[in-house]
Amino acid sequence: MSEAINEKIKNYSTAPFDARFPNTNQTRNCYQNYLDFHRCNKVLSAKDHDVTACEWYKRVYKSLCPIGWVDKWDEQVENGSFPGKI
Amino acid sequence: MAYPLQLGLQDATSPVMEELIQFHDHTLMIALLVSTMVFYTILTSVTTKLTNKNMLDSQGIETIWTIAPALILILIAMPSLRVLYMMDEVNNPHLTVKTIGHQWYWSYEYTDYKNLEFDSYMIPTQDLIPRQFRLFDTDHRMVVPTDSPVRMLITADDVIHSTAVPTLGVKMDAIPGRLNQTTFVVSHPGVFYGQCSEICGANHSFMPITVEAIPLIHFEDWSTSMLAKI
Repeated sequence: MSEAINEKIKNYSTAPFDARFPNTNQTRNCYQNYLDFHRCNKVLSAKDHDVTACEWYKRVYKSLCPIGWVDKWDEQVENGSFPGKI
Repeated sequence: MAYPLQLGLQDATSPVMEELIQFHDHTLMIALLVSTMVFYTILTSVTTKLTNKNMLDSQGIETIWTIAPALILILIAMPSLRVLYMMDEVNNPHLTVKTIGHQWYWSYEYTDYKNLEFDSYMIPTQDLIPRQFRLFDTDHRMVVPTDSPVRMLITADDVIHSTAVPTLGVKMDAIPGRLNQTTFVVSHPGVFYGQCSEICGANHSFMPITVEAIPLIHFEDWSTSMLAKI
């Protein structure tokens, strides 16, 4: 299972089509992947599992989200003022 | 690119734009034929010496001029919907470029692998060198590979802007807090221009978009050199 994900991460070119977000507005696609990365990290590190699988979400949100948005959210996460539920 | 006294659409550089041009020509032809027919009918009705004070109705012609327009509208709607759905097709992009509108310049981000980002300012008229186009050329161009589906995500940093490149059939609003997606494929190498298409302040007319399409083998060289430079 983790080999499949690692294979996907290795062959990553750009964020693939996500059927959950088929329309023009991709704001939620970017935000959801950002949330999913942090949630994945939180859950897997709590159980002392390998967090490399979470790298997929990171690649996707890095592709989709404007750098300014990511920097702002990273700062908020560090401050503890990030409004989303992680 | 655009030229003075231009009447028609720019030549297409993407398959979608080719379809849009064909649809436009088809619909415009129908519009011209209908207008010519109506104009001729009015002209003859107004200049004839014939009179008939007893004509009240006619089921025949009323039927014809109800059914015929309906058929014409269907003839327009069919290719219209075909192109509309074609533009919405799922295509797995090879590359994602983010375009961010600012007052008054665009910035581009290529973050699939490394974090490449740079600003693109219009070249001021007094700084133009002889081969450059006034109000169109920029200091840095958005470079994309040819024959590759490209996903473009557009947003803005301050007020609403809109990115447009007519030859690619691309136009999408840049709205703060929202990420709009469009995709395109560039058919052949070249440099293609567009201008901001949403009023955004004093220099709205002076923040053009320049897209340069190069073969894929050279694209990697470009991105490496840009990363080294910036």
